[in-house]
Amino acid sequence: MIAYALAIGFGMLGLALVMNLWRLFKGPGVADRILALDTMVINAIGIIVLIGIAGGSGISFEAALLLAMVGFVGTVAYAKFCLRGDIIE
Amino acid sequence: MTIGVPLAELLVSFLIVLGAGFALIGSWGLVRLPSLMERLHGPTKATTLGLGAMLVGSVAWFQLVRGEWTTHELLVSVFLFVTAPISANMIAKVHLHRERQGEPSAQPGPAGVPAPPPGGTDWATHSAPQLGSPGDFVGD
Repeated sequence: MIAYALAIGFGMLGLALVMNLWRLFKGPGVADRILALDTMVINAIGIIVLIGIAGGSGISFEAALLLAMVGFVGTVAYAKFCLRGDIIE
Repeated sequence: MTIGVPLAELLVSFLIVLGAGFALIGSWGLVRLPSLMERLHGPTKATTLGLGAMLVGSVAWFQLVRGEWTTHELLVSVFLFVTAPISANMIAKVHLHRERQGEPSAQPGPAGVPAPPPGGTDWATHSAPQLGSPGDFVGD
C-alpha cells in the first residue's frame, strides 16, 4: 500500500512542480517569479522526503534540511536585492 | 507503540497522499489566482501544511515500521514553519515596491490596490529606515 501512496505522491508533486514552472515563465512580475522559485524549493524538499521513505534510509534528510535553509536564504536574498538594490548593506 | 504494521502503513499512506494533495492545491492556487497578493496564500499556507503532513508521515514511518527515531524531519518542519511567513512578507514587500514603481503587472485582484498605511506615511520599503527603528545603523 505504501508503494501506491508513494507513486501518487510523486505524481502530485511532479505536477505541482510543472505548475510552478509555468508560473515562473509566465508570471508578470518579479515577485511572482521569486514566489514560484520558493515554492519549487519547498516541493523539491517534499520529493526528497518521499525518496527517503521509499529508499528506507534516513540519509537524505540532511539534504532536505540543507535545501530548506538554502532556499530560504535565496528567497530573502532575491527579495532584498529587489527592495534595496543590494543584498548586504 | 504497538500498532500493527498494516495500520501503520495505512496511516503513513494517508499522510503522504494528504501532504502531496495539499502541495498540489498550493501550486494550483499559484497558477489560478488573479494577482500576487492572492497567489501568496497558496504556497505559503497550503504547501507548507502539506509538507508538514509528509514530514509527520516520515517520522511515523521510521518509528512505527522500522522502529527507529529520526528527528531530522522535525527540524525541517520547524525551520519551514518559521521561515514561510518571513519569505511571504518579503515577497509582498517586493510586490508593493515594484507596483509603486510602476511595473506593469496583471489585473488587480478582487481586493484592489492595497491602501497606504495609516498616518500619512508610505510603506517602509520606499524610504530609508527611520531614526530609532531597527536597521537605522545608528551606533552599529
